[in-house]
Amino acid sequence: MTKVVVPSGALGLNYDKDALQRAIAAGPDIIAIDGGSTDSGPSYLGRGISKYSRSSTKIEWKGLMQARAKANVPLVIGTAGTCGADSAVDWLVDITKEIAQELGQDVKIAVLKSSQDKNKIRDAFTDNKITPLEHAPDLNAGDISSFENIVALAGVEQITEALNTGADIIIAGRTTDTAIIAALPIKNNCHTGAAWHGAKIAECGALCATNPQSGVILVDFDHEGFTVTPMAENAKATPHTVSAHMLYENSNPFVLYEPGGHLDVTDADYSAIDQKSVRVEGAKWVPSDKYTVKLEGSRITGYQVMIMALVRDSHYVEHIDQWTSDIYDLCTSKVKDRLALSDAEFDIELRLIGKNATLGAIDKNTNNASEIGVMGIVTAKTSELAKEIGKILNPYLLHHPLTKEEEVPTFAFPFSPAEIEIGPVYEFGLNHVLQLDHPMDAFSLDVVEVKNGAA
Amino acid sequence: MAQLRDKVEKVRSKNAGPFWLTIDIFCGEKSIYQDVCDKLSNIDIATVLDVDEANLKRFEIASLNVLKISLPRPQIQGSMRDRDMHGAGWAAIIGEMEI
Repeated sequence: MTKVVVPSGALGLNYDKDALQRAIAAGPDIIAIDGGSTDSGPSYLGRGISKYSRSSTKIEWKGLMQARAKANVPLVIGTAGTCGADSAVDWLVDITKEIAQELGQDVKIAVLKSSQDKNKIRDAFTDNKITPLEHAPDLNAGDISSFENIVALAGVEQITEALNTGADIIIAGRTTDTAIIAALPIKNNCHTGAAWHGAKIAECGALCATNPQSGVILVDFDHEGFTVTPMAENAKATPHTVSAHMLYENSNPFVLYEPGGHLDVTDADYSAIDQKSVRVEGAKWVPSDKYTVKLEGSRITGYQVMIMALVRDSHYVEHIDQWTSDIYDLCTSKVKDRLALSDAEFDIELRLIGKNATLGAIDKNTNNASEIGVMGIVTAKTSELAKEIGKILNPYLLHHPLTKEEEVPTFAFPFSPAEIEIGPVYEFGLNHVLQLDHPMDAFSLDVVEVKNGAA
Repeated sequence: MAQLRDKVEKVRSKNAGPFWLTIDIFCGEKSIYQDVCDKLSNIDIATVLDVDEANLKRFEIASLNVLKISLPRPQIQGSMRDRDMHGAGWAAIIGEMEI
């Protein structure tokens, strides 16, 4: 029997404090929380930083460190700092030391790192140890140096190594969302399929229940299955809410690939055991022949500047396609002429907010808006060039007339400067797995003792 | 003829990692689920999204009355041409399909 408390879907999303206290009172064996994923976009991994504010992260992490001390069980976070790169792990380790000092806590911290050395990744690629997953981008050995950060996703094996240090707090770099939850139940010989299945159900906290914002859930694992219970007073888990979570952000709702094998929930059975809790049994864990971990990498593909113009004149709203098409043609030829650039060296895109900015050309909905936001996006190979092109685009968006005869019109700019520097634009470039001889080969584990004189 | 969104409980779209998109159609009642599965073909969905039908993965999940469609993202999440970082916007265009 192993009880895992999951306080929320991610550190930074907040959790119900009363529900957390209730979970601690239930006598958990571990507190496990996720710190991120790729879902916030490639910039965080590219820059190796968190998407959440330091202050929010600190307040929520402090609450969990207090809960850990009260329960006297390990606290584990996976994918620290949104992306799980080493710099993001270091950021959370610093916050942890700061909190420990403020609370006067003595803590032993295990730090598991997931960032990859590009030379080693290139060697592994050359040795055919890296293979693409379905619809992976093309990759060649020369591409690998272009990545700002590459991380490998740790699984249960690496989290178990960290647990075995006897640490109070485990701060892990990139891990699978499930590994931090599944590790202790598997270490304690609970049913392996149930451990992974319960971990997948619990990865987003109370998203598998009603009142998903409340965050906190408790998963009780044993030798046959698991029981999931949301901890907020007004939250309920039902067989429908629990089983439906297998759909969430999952391309296949029955099969989930993890380091060392895959989870198959085709034959899982979900039943209500009371008004609040759901019992689940029947998932299978299928070990793989080779031990592989997934890789993620983010690289810079250009530098961007954005200009927003708001068009409220009904005649211009009606002829917005012609207006933006004119501006695109005029501005493109002026950029080529004045900056001596070829078409391949820059890109100008004008997206129409109020028309089809979300979906582009596939959106055939013809509902007419009274105004259109024109979002001009300039991409070039350097930041300086993007700014130059933005300044050439600026007067067109401010004054371009549909006809030569009319008085020069002026459109609304909501910002000064009108051309806003976005900086580097990143792209995820790896959807590959790395084969390892030993699970720790691509990861490092260090233990940090923090002494603040607690009795 | 009615729009799909008016017949079902919810249409949701999300990233399934940076390279895949997944669309969940929660039909609620069994009769609606059957109707949606019968009438909403992969070719119709592929046409609306302007993608290759061969790349669509279809899951008819009777226990939940859910039709799930997964497909490679038309643009990699967050790359230069991607318009919707989290992929939630595709649900609208599926919900507006006539059925």
